[in-house]
Amino acid sequence: MLTISRALIDQVIAHARADHPDEACGVIAGPAGSDRPERFVAMTNAERSPTFYRFDSMEQLRVWREMDDRDEEPVVIYHSHTATEAYPSRTDISYAMEPSAHYLLVSTRKPDETEVRSFTIVDGVVTEEQVQLAGGGVE
Amino acid sequence: MAIEVRIPTILRTFTGGAKSVEGSGDTLDALIADLDAQHAGLRDRLVDDAGLRRFINVYLNDEDVRFLGGLSAPVKDGDTVTVLPAVAGGMR
Repeated sequence: MLTISRALIDQVIAHARADHPDEACGVIAGPAGSDRPERFVAMTNAERSPTFYRFDSMEQLRVWREMDDRDEEPVVIYHSHTATEAYPSRTDISYAMEPSAHYLLVSTRKPDETEVRSFTIVDGVVTEEQVQLAGGGVE
Repeated sequence: MAIEVRIPTILRTFTGGAKSVEGSGDTLDALIADLDAQHAGLRDRLVDDAGLRRFINVYLNDEDVRFLGGLSAPVKDGDTVTVLPAVAGGMR
């Protein structure tokens, strides 16, 4: 289960909508070991593509060092699909390298509705999980 | 001679859980060979037939080694090498 505030979900959705039709991507950092997403960090999609995303390598170094300095880890790694469903694709699965992260997928394929789903991806196995809004309510 | 190499979570199975290990070598290639001798299997996760694996970012101090010559980048005592798997994916 991913427990996350409505405000953070809204930030993810806003980023995905702003970058549509390119895929948007980013991280939500939280205290190491806490499983609490707290700090939203939008990342540049270095591919700037409607079908692929990749964190800019120098930005990733900066953000990962920052998390390390703050004793944080990437609790959520999010990205958007702009023409397909909010489900991890084959490339999403093959590149997933953070075993403790929640992979949050957002689909902006419909203009008036945004799908938000969360998954763990460990050793190539995708498991969908519930998105629990902190303070009550289920996505 | 000691060069610190920071290891990402997913590769710590090769280092017995260590976040940071030390190695030596004059180039990144030699350093990785040295690390592999200490932590068997690590090199194969970083290097393929064409050189450094495309979706692994390797940094020498504050720079991406892609701009420093990749595997032939010179390294020296006191340098820090950081390994971060690229965060990437896509529609298909």
